[in-house]
Amino acid sequence: MQIKRNKSSWLPAEGLIDSSQNRFSVSNEKFGLRLFLTVVSSLFLLLIISYKIRMGLADWHSLPQLTLLWINTAILGISCIGFQRAKLAASQNQLDKVKFNLLFGGLLTCVFLIGQVMVWKQLSTMGFYLENNPANSFFYLITGLHGLHLIGGLIAWSNTSIQLFCNNHHSNLSSSVELLTIYWHFLLAVWLILFTIIVMT
Amino acid sequence: MAAPYQEAIPLHEPKSFWTKYVWSQNHKVIAIQYTLTAVAVGLVALVMSWLMRIQIAFPGSVAFIDPSTYYQLVTMHGMIMVIYLLTAIFLGGFGNFLIPLMVGARDMVFPFVNMLSYWAYLLSVLVLMASFFVPGGPTGAGWTLYPPQAILPGTPGSGGGIVLMLVSLILFIVAATMGGLNYVTTVIQARTLGMSMMRLPLSVWGIFMATILALLAFPALFVGSVMMLFDRLLGSSFFMPAVVSMGKMLDYEGGSPVLFQHIFWFFGHPEVYIVALPAFGIVSDIISTHARKNIFGYRIMVWAIVCIGVLSFIVWAHHMYVSGMNPYFGFFFAITTLIIAVPTAIKVYNWVLTLWQGNIHMTVPMLFAVAFVSTFTIGGITGLFLGNVVIDLPLSDTYFVVAHFHMVMGVSPILVVFGGIYHWFPKITGRMLDDRLGHLHFWLTFLGTYAIYFPMHYLGFIGMPRRYYAYEGYDFIPESAQDLNVFITVSALLVGVAQFIFLYNLAHSVFKGKSAGSNPWNATTLEWQTPETPPRHGNWGNKLPVVYRWAYDYSVPGEEKDFIPQNQPPRRGNLEPTGTPATHNT
Amino acid sequence: MDDTLMITFAVTGFVFVAVNLFMAYALVRYRYRPERRARYEPENRKLELWLTGLTTVGIVIMLAPGLIVLADFIHVPQNASVIEAVGKQWQWSFRFPGKDGVLGNTKPQFISFQNPFGLNPDDPNAQDDVLITGSELHLPVNQPVQILLRSYDVLHDFYVPHFRVKMDAVPGIVSTLWFTPTRAGRFDLACAEYCGIGHHTMRGAVYVDDQVTFQNWLGNQSTFSQTNNATTSRQEDNLIQQGRLLAEKQGCLGCHSIDGSPSAGPTWKGLLNRTETLSDGSTVVVDENYIKDSILNPNASVIKGYSPIMPAYDLSDQELDALIAFTASLSLTDNSATNLVSVGKQLAEQQGCLSCHSLDGSSSAGPSWKNLFGKTENLADNTTVVVDDHYLKEAILNPSATIVAGFSPIMPSYQFNDQELEALIAYTKTIH
Repeated sequence: MQIKRNKSSWLPAEGLIDSSQNRFSVSNEKFGLRLFLTVVSSLFLLLIISYKIRMGLADWHSLPQLTLLWINTAILGISCIGFQRAKLAASQNQLDKVKFNLLFGGLLTCVFLIGQVMVWKQLSTMGFYLENNPANSFFYLITGLHGLHLIGGLIAWSNTSIQLFCNNHHSNLSSSVELLTIYWHFLLAVWLILFTIIVMT
Repeated sequence: MAAPYQEAIPLHEPKSFWTKYVWSQNHKVIAIQYTLTAVAVGLVALVMSWLMRIQIAFPGSVAFIDPSTYYQLVTMHGMIMVIYLLTAIFLGGFGNFLIPLMVGARDMVFPFVNMLSYWAYLLSVLVLMASFFVPGGPTGAGWTLYPPQAILPGTPGSGGGIVLMLVSLILFIVAATMGGLNYVTTVIQARTLGMSMMRLPLSVWGIFMATILALLAFPALFVGSVMMLFDRLLGSSFFMPAVVSMGKMLDYEGGSPVLFQHIFWFFGHPEVYIVALPAFGIVSDIISTHARKNIFGYRIMVWAIVCIGVLSFIVWAHHMYVSGMNPYFGFFFAITTLIIAVPTAIKVYNWVLTLWQGNIHMTVPMLFAVAFVSTFTIGGITGLFLGNVVIDLPLSDTYFVVAHFHMVMGVSPILVVFGGIYHWFPKITGRMLDDRLGHLHFWLTFLGTYAIYFPMHYLGFIGMPRRYYAYEGYDFIPESAQDLNVFITVSALLVGVAQFIFLYNLAHSVFKGKSAGSNPWNATTLEWQTPETPPRHGNWGNKLPVVYRWAYDYSVPGEEKDFIPQNQPPRRGNLEPTGTPATHNT
Repeated sequence: MDDTLMITFAVTGFVFVAVNLFMAYALVRYRYRPERRARYEPENRKLELWLTGLTTVGIVIMLAPGLIVLADFIHVPQNASVIEAVGKQWQWSFRFPGKDGVLGNTKPQFISFQNPFGLNPDDPNAQDDVLITGSELHLPVNQPVQILLRSYDVLHDFYVPHFRVKMDAVPGIVSTLWFTPTRAGRFDLACAEYCGIGHHTMRGAVYVDDQVTFQNWLGNQSTFSQTNNATTSRQEDNLIQQGRLLAEKQGCLGCHSIDGSPSAGPTWKGLLNRTETLSDGSTVVVDENYIKDSILNPNASVIKGYSPIMPAYDLSDQELDALIAFTASLSLTDNSATNLVSVGKQLAEQQGCLSCHSLDGSSSAGPSWKNLFGKTENLADNTTVVVDDHYLKEAILNPSATIVAGFSPIMPSYQFNDQELEALIAYTKTIH
């Protein structure tokens, strides 16, 4: 059967194509999480750009040096180490190690969040209220949004932890822990970038 | 290393009324929930538009519409229509229903998150409606919510109204993100065997690209909303410069209103393509099905969708030519804006060329699709006027702009919503919508919307400004303009009434419509090949479909029927792919 | 620019007609017949390339002249005269640079009803600036003019439809536009950026005159130094104004009223030199020292009947002087009860009425007081009323019950005593 057409025209392929070659070889959950992290990156990128633009306007006063902020950063970093070890343990099915490291990572994150609130309190006793200066406003906004994302992560973390601790077994342990770890590392990376920008300005 | 093809994990079927129809994780139910909510809130906004038009044509005739109420109507009408109706219905309604069926999946990949997305959307609608009941009423800042006016006295709703609006938007963005993760992941990861990306119907491409835009653009609206909430509630000065309002010097200082505009339009321009791209895709499928002809230039149609999506992120400041921003920006954005016209024009040519040498059934969906091409052409063309900076100078903030954006957002995509519903209603319910009522609805709507918006361009040319409560006492507006306003208002009211024909048709046909069979339009795409109509839980019965061809094998020479469904194997018996792009001679 | 418009019209008009006609033809010619088959043609490379090319050419034809004209629009000619237009809710004001050709500096902090442009009184360039309020501008014909745009409060847009240009006025920055009026006459000026409930009433006029008429008009307008000298001593005024602004910014007015009404703290009206009883029973005369102490260390000497809740304010001496000057100005009415009208005028200025009610008929947040007395007004609840003594008293004591149609209910109530109400009403009667 001849299909009359121009010499250089395209014909769509008929027959069975193995379309698995144009799909990603990760689980749906991982793909979804990575997609979500793209969205979150877009959010923080826009914040950083707005920060840069607003910084250029007349009334900007820099924030004071805050040692507590450095300590908090370190705490977040250590919590990520905890998650990483949990992930390794999960892949080797060492339940006890997973439990310990998950708990460690999650609790340290809580300490980080408390530390952030303490930084806020410190700033306001020093007279750096949110409303009197854009640098302050941005600081509260940026740390607030970052903290909110961590709280969201903690909700997922508690979901996994409760299942693990109460039932002493989890249906998708290594996948869940891996997803949590990816998320935590991402938020740590975002925090390091934000922290650097805040400290440098 | 390629992942092995997996049969999808079977979903547990819900048993009770509540889990089947209310707390449902079934994409088809969620789609209907989204659509019904969007239509309901859209009707509220439609009534608002009648009130606005009555005030313009017959000033002072309705006692309770004072300037304050009028500007509140303007704002809520705009915000509801753009976000809570159009975006929700194309992504949450059409996207949810069509994507799993068209790619051959059993459901979305994250059904629980999908369900949450609908309930978050509903919550955002309720929060928005709550703003009617706070002191001061809903915000009257214009749908663009520009500061400083949005949060200062002198603008209606600058108390609780603007706060609830911003909170509602934030909730909507959460809902849209949850939905968006589903749509993109499902399209990429859950296509059935044989369904390559270049075999997807254009409806999926349109919704897919629009979802990517949504995921990347909504964060900008989120950032702008949160910052404005801070300015309003906590006294910060992200956007608020030193202001002397009502004789009082306020405590703000140093902020930039233009910064808000940049952030808002960085979201706002992709937003209009979030509405337009699904419409483009759906129109392509409707035209090819009802004209019994493959879509002309499928590959370039896909590329056009992708290019338009990418380009839409670098044109935003064409909304800001007279905002007082750096005038040199005008050069860049005028160029990118007129570049984006090229792939859009190509799509228009391709739809028209699909009709050429087709075998066209003038069904109601086809009528709406054709009407889309006509109205989108004029709407897109007036966009070319506005994209050119110097032509925008006299026309900005006049009724020319109002006519332009209603044509491209309010007429064309709504025509596609109608067309899409007439087209897919038989698959959703197993029944046909009444044909005669459909024709009546179509002609009244199509001719009526032309009657409304075509003359409005002229009003913009003579300089009639937008967002005005009344026009008395301006010398430059001739008397005849008021006659034109009356004509437009009467047409708008008639078109509004005509929509009740559609609503009646929907309600009646759900129970009493003619039985449709599984593929009344003899279409090729997968959603029409389900074993049951309406499709049951899990969509495909025991076995997922396998795809052997692209989505547009209509009127293939040498075939007995004038269409070949995507999951029909080739007759040769040999399943090896043939006729690939690399080979030209078979 | 008009050429660009015509070209765009021509190109797009052609496309619109062509697409619709082609479609209509195809629908008729190729309507369904069962014995026919549609053509199967997935692609036609050549055709698509041609169409893309032609479209690009069309786009360039429209864009190129547009960009050329844009360059013209951005580059202000050397010989353009410079003036300023200021937008505020909901009227326009204008400023010419005067004989020295230079516009004086402004700052929002200087804005008051005596200095509506916020001009810096110490700037020599500002003295001869010609000030025009009332939303009507005169320009000389055939002379390019650059307009510098400012706004006090929200976004506005300076738009003269006949000139076919417009530009937003943005608070916090100065934006600009230029044009050359080529025809004499009167042209409407409209605001083209939504700015609140008075947006549609923010109108004015631009009169384009020949040189002689224009110079005459300009000569008849007052300059900044003239308007300044007409009021009381400039130094004193600035201090009072500064004090008022401080009181607003620091939040004092949240607890201390200025019209005599009771609040969390004592009213400032008539405060200076009054005798007050403290919480410990002793009496004190409220003089400058007491006021200073109360600000720096409030809870040491709280007036009887009030809770010790006032926070301390660490203000400089200059700021304290300003606040005291402001408080003093609120006491003048008690002593100088000479002319009822001048007392009313003072009240109107001190209590801030004039920020929302104009005296010259221009539209603002509230109804203008020009020719107000005796006028018949429509109220928001659809009744009509003649503006007499009784109505005015009602409107001051209980404004939201008597709102005029078309205005928002944003006026606060003022608890004046009968004498003060009489004075205000007497003043209102004189405004024609």
